[in-house]
Amino acid sequence: MSDSPLAPPPSFRWARRVFLTLLTGFVLLPVYVMLSSSLKPLADVSGKFRWVPSGLTIRPYIDMWSTVPLARYFVNSLIVAGSATVLSVVVAVFAAYAVSRYDFRGKRVFTVTVLSTQMFPGILFLLPLFLLYVNIGNATGIALFGSRGGLILTYLTFSLPFSIWMLTGYLDSVPRDLDEAALVDGCGPLGALFRIVVPAAIPGIVAVAVYAFMTAWGEVLFASVMTNDTTRTLAVGLQGYSTLNDVYWNQIMAASLVVSVPVVAGFLLLQRYLVAGLTAGAVK
Amino acid sequence: MRSIRAAAVGAVTLSLALTATACGGGSSTGGGSNDAPKALTYWASNQGASVAVDKQVLQPELDKFQKQTGIKVKLEVVPWPDLLNRILTATTSGQGPDVLNIGNSWSASLQASGALLPWDAKNFDKIGGKSRFVPSALASTGVQGKDPAAVPLYALAYALYYNKKIFADAGISQPPATWDELIADGKKIKAKGSSPLGAEGSNVSENIHHIFVFAKQRGVDFFTADGKPNFTDPKVVDAVKAYVDLMAKDQVIPTGDAEYAQNQSVSDFAKGRQAMLLWQSASANLASQGMKDSEYGVAPVPVRSGTPGPGTQINSMAAGINIAVFRNTHNLDGATRFVKFMTSDDEQKILNKAYSSIPAVTSAQNDPAFNTPANTVLKDTLATSAAALPQVPAESQFETTVGTAVKDLFADAAAGRAVTTASVRAALQKAQQQMPAA
Amino acid sequence: MTTHTLEESVAKSPPGAAASSARRRPGRFRRAGLPYLLLLPALVLELLVHLVPMVIGIVMSFKELTQFYIRDWGTAPWSGLGNYRLSVDFHAPVGAALLHSFLVTVGFTLLSVALCWLIGTVAALFLQDTFRGRGLLRALFLVPYALPVYAAVITWVFMFQHDNGLVNHVLHDQLHIGAKPAFWLIGDNSFYALLTVSVWKGWPFAFLVVTAGLQNIPGELYEAAALDGAGMWQRIRRITLPSLRPVNQVLVLVLFLWTFNDFNTPYVLFGRSAPEAADLVSVHIYQASFVTWNFGTGSAMSVLLLLFLLVVTGGYLLATSRERRTSDV
Repeated sequence: MSDSPLAPPPSFRWARRVFLTLLTGFVLLPVYVMLSSSLKPLADVSGKFRWVPSGLTIRPYIDMWSTVPLARYFVNSLIVAGSATVLSVVVAVFAAYAVSRYDFRGKRVFTVTVLSTQMFPGILFLLPLFLLYVNIGNATGIALFGSRGGLILTYLTFSLPFSIWMLTGYLDSVPRDLDEAALVDGCGPLGALFRIVVPAAIPGIVAVAVYAFMTAWGEVLFASVMTNDTTRTLAVGLQGYSTLNDVYWNQIMAASLVVSVPVVAGFLLLQRYLVAGLTAGAVK
Repeated sequence: MRSIRAAAVGAVTLSLALTATACGGGSSTGGGSNDAPKALTYWASNQGASVAVDKQVLQPELDKFQKQTGIKVKLEVVPWPDLLNRILTATTSGQGPDVLNIGNSWSASLQASGALLPWDAKNFDKIGGKSRFVPSALASTGVQGKDPAAVPLYALAYALYYNKKIFADAGISQPPATWDELIADGKKIKAKGSSPLGAEGSNVSENIHHIFVFAKQRGVDFFTADGKPNFTDPKVVDAVKAYVDLMAKDQVIPTGDAEYAQNQSVSDFAKGRQAMLLWQSASANLASQGMKDSEYGVAPVPVRSGTPGPGTQINSMAAGINIAVFRNTHNLDGATRFVKFMTSDDEQKILNKAYSSIPAVTSAQNDPAFNTPANTVLKDTLATSAAALPQVPAESQFETTVGTAVKDLFADAAAGRAVTTASVRAALQKAQQQMPAA
Repeated sequence: MTTHTLEESVAKSPPGAAASSARRRPGRFRRAGLPYLLLLPALVLELLVHLVPMVIGIVMSFKELTQFYIRDWGTAPWSGLGNYRLSVDFHAPVGAALLHSFLVTVGFTLLSVALCWLIGTVAALFLQDTFRGRGLLRALFLVPYALPVYAAVITWVFMFQHDNGLVNHVLHDQLHIGAKPAFWLIGDNSFYALLTVSVWKGWPFAFLVVTAGLQNIPGELYEAAALDGAGMWQRIRRITLPSLRPVNQVLVLVLFLWTFNDFNTPYVLFGRSAPEAADLVSVHIYQASFVTWNFGTGSAMSVLLLLFLLVVTGGYLLATSRERRTSDV
C-alpha cells in the first residue's frame, strides 16, 4: 500500500499528526474538565483550578439528585425530545416523500417557505407563539402552554425544515423503480412508502432523527418560558445548581456529564448512519 | 405565483383571526373572579438555599392554611432568573398564578402593567390594615399616591458582614463606620494577605442597590421628583464613580469580583477568604455554607460620616419581597385570605426566621428571634436608615441600563483601564438615553 | 413492466397541465390530492409554530407594546413605523447600540463560520484515509456536537473564570503569558471566549458534512490524477476541493444562519446582559424585549434582522447558483 501512488507523502502524514493531535486536545479539554471536576469536592472546584484532583469523591453524583429534581427533569426531557423526534421524523417522511415523488402546484412555494423558517430569529416568535398557545388553550381546552405537549409541538417544528430538506435529498437517491415496482404489485402509494421507501431510507431517517433529538434536548430559550415546575426540561433545570448561596460546580459538571452520556452514546452509535444519511441526503 | 399569493393571503387572514381572539387575552376575565374557590396557585420566589429548601419551608405552612380554610394551595417555587419572564408572559396572556411573590423593586413596573390587584383601603382592611406593616417596606409597593400593587412579605436590609478573625489579625478592633475607615481597614487587611471586600460586579441588580445608597449619601436620586431619569447629575456621577473606585482606585474590592454574578462573593466570605461583605440578610446563607455565627460580626453599612439615619445618612435600600394577587385570579377571596395568612403575625415569625429576613409586620418583630445582634442591626436599618428604590414604572429599564453600565465600568477597572469622571459620565449618559422617553 | 407504466401514465395523466413534469416523473406518481395530504401535517405545524407567530410578531412591531399595554396588547396603540425609526436611528443610542450589536454579530458569525469550515474540512481530509485510530478520532470529534448546549457552554464558563479557571491557569500560571490574568467573561476578551466556544461547538458539523461529501467523490478521479503524477497535495487542490463545492455552498449557508441566530451559546455564557464586545444581536433583542419590557421595539428589531437574513440568503443562493451555472458551461 505504501508504494501505491495514492499513499500520502511524509509531509502530509506529519501535518496530519500535528493537526489531529492539537485538535484532539482542543476537543477533549472541556470533556476532561467536566469529568475531573465532577469528581472533586466542592472546596476544590471553587478554588484554583488544578489538573489533578486533590481527592476524588463521588458525592457530587449523589448530591446532584437532591439539589434539583434532576430525575424529573430527565424524564421530562426524554418524553419531550423523544416524542418530538418521533413525530418530526414521521411528518418529515410524509412531506419529503411528497416533495420527492410528486409534482404538484405550490411545491416550490412549500419548499422555499419551509426552508426559510430556518432564518427566523427565535426571539421574534417566542412571545407570539406563547400567546397563540394560550389562546388555543382558552378556545379549545387543549393545554399547550406549560405542558409537555406544547413543547413537543414547538421542538418538532424546529427540526422539521432541515429534516424535510435532508430527507427529500435522500429519497431522491432511492431508485424510483423500487416504489414503482411496489405500486405495480398492488401496493397503494402509502404501502409503497412504508414497505419499500422507508426501509431503503433508514440511514437518512436515522440521521434526521438524531438531529431532531439533539435540537430538542438542548434548547434553552423556549423551554425557560414555556415550562413550569412539573414540566421543566434538563436544559433549563440544570441552571438550578447555581443557587442563592453557592455555585455547585462539581454537581453541575456531574449532572452535565450524566445528561450528556445518553445523547453522546446514542450519537456515536448512530454516527455511521449519520454519515451515510448525509452523504446521500444533504450533500449530493 | 398565484399560489404564493394565495398562501400569503391565507396566512395573513388566519393570523389576523387569531390576533383578534388574542386581543381578549389578558382582560377577558376583567378583575378576577371566584370561579375556583377551593384552589390557589402560588408562585414563590427562591428565598432559601435552594428550591428544595423553599419547598420544605413553605409546604407545612400551606398545609396549615388548607386545614384552616379548605383551600388547597399549589406551590411552585420559581428560580430568580425565570421569575420576571414568567410574570411577564403570565401578564401578557392572562394565564398565571393566583398569588405570587415579586422582588419589591419590580412593584412600580408591574403596577403600570395592571397585572396585579391594587391594594386599596378596602382590600387592606381585609388583611388587618395598612398600619400593621413596616413603613419602609410599605414604601416599596408601587408609585406614591397610587394604591399599592403588592403587600410586603419579607423585609431585608443590607449590612456589613465582617470576619472577626481576619479583623483581629489585621489589628482592627471594631468594624468601619465610614467609607474612609473601610478603605483604611482594607489596606491593613490587604497587607495581611486577605482580600478586603467582596462585590458582585456583573450582577446588575446588586450594582444598582449599592450605587443607589451611594447616591443617597450624596443627597441625590437617580430620578427627579416627577420621575425623569437624572443619571448625569454630577452628584450621581460622583456616586457611581465612588462605588467603582472601591475597585479601581482604593483597591479594596479585588478585580476578580468584576465577573462575579452568582454570589461567589458570599461564598468567598463564608470560606474565610475575604474580610467583608455587603449583603442583605446573609445569615442563613452563611450558615448553610458552614460558617458559624460566632465567626463573623454584623455592623451597619458605612456612611460618609456620622451615624446611619435618614437623608444623606441612608445606608441601605429597603430590600424585600412582596406578595401580590394576580388580577386574573380565579379565586379572589381565597387569594386575599392567603395573603392575610402569609402576613399574619405567626406566619411572619415562622417564615422570616427560616429565611433570616425581618418580618414586614411590626408586631411580629417583637419575637426574641429578631433581637439577635445581627437582626437588631437589620431591624434598626429598616426602621431608620433604609430607603425604597425609585418607585417608577421604568424601574426595570433603570436596573438594566444603569446596572449594565456599572458592570462595564467594573470590567474597565478590572482590565486596568482608567475609570474617570468623564468615562463614568459617558456611560451614564448612554444609559439615560436608552431609557424610554415616557 | 414498461408497458404497464405507459398504460398507467396515459390513463392517469391529466392532459397538458403537467407536461414538463410528465417528462421527469412517471405518471404513476401524480395523483391530485395525495401529495397535499402528505404535506398537510408539516404545513399545519409550520403555520402554527412559525408562520402565524411570525405574522403576529410583525403586527406587534407596529405597536407600542410596552409594560403599560402588555396585559391587553390588542389595545396597545399603533405606533406606525415608530419602532423601526427608533431601531435604525443610528445617531441615537438605541439605534447605535443595535448597529453595534449587529456589526459584532456579523464579525463573529463570519469568523466562526470560516473557522468551523476550515477546521472541519481539514479534519475530514486528514481522516479520509484509513489509519490506526481513525474510527476513535472520528467518534471523539463528534462529541462537542453531540453534547447538550447547556452542558457544554457551562463547562466553558467554568474554564473561563478569572480567578479559578483552567484557561488562566494555563495561560498565566503555567505559560506566564501576560502580566496579569485576563478576564474572559467580561470586557473585550469576551468576544474571543464566545468565538472559541462557538467554534468548538460548531466545527464537528462541518466535519460531518464534509466527510459525507468526500464519500461522493469517485475514487477513479484520484487514481487517474495519481497516474498523471499528481501528488497528494495537488490531488486535494485539484480534485477534492472543487468536488466539494456544492457541499460547501449548503454547509456555509446553514452554518451562517445557525450561528447568526444562535441564542443559547451567548445566553448561557454571559447571562442576560452580555458584555459589549460580545453583544450578539439575538441576546440584544431578547434584552430589548424581555428585560426592558418593550416587545414592540424588540419585534421591530427582529423583523429587521429577518429582512437582513432574507436578503443575504437570497443573494447567496442567487450568486452561487449563477456560479454553478457558469461553471457547468
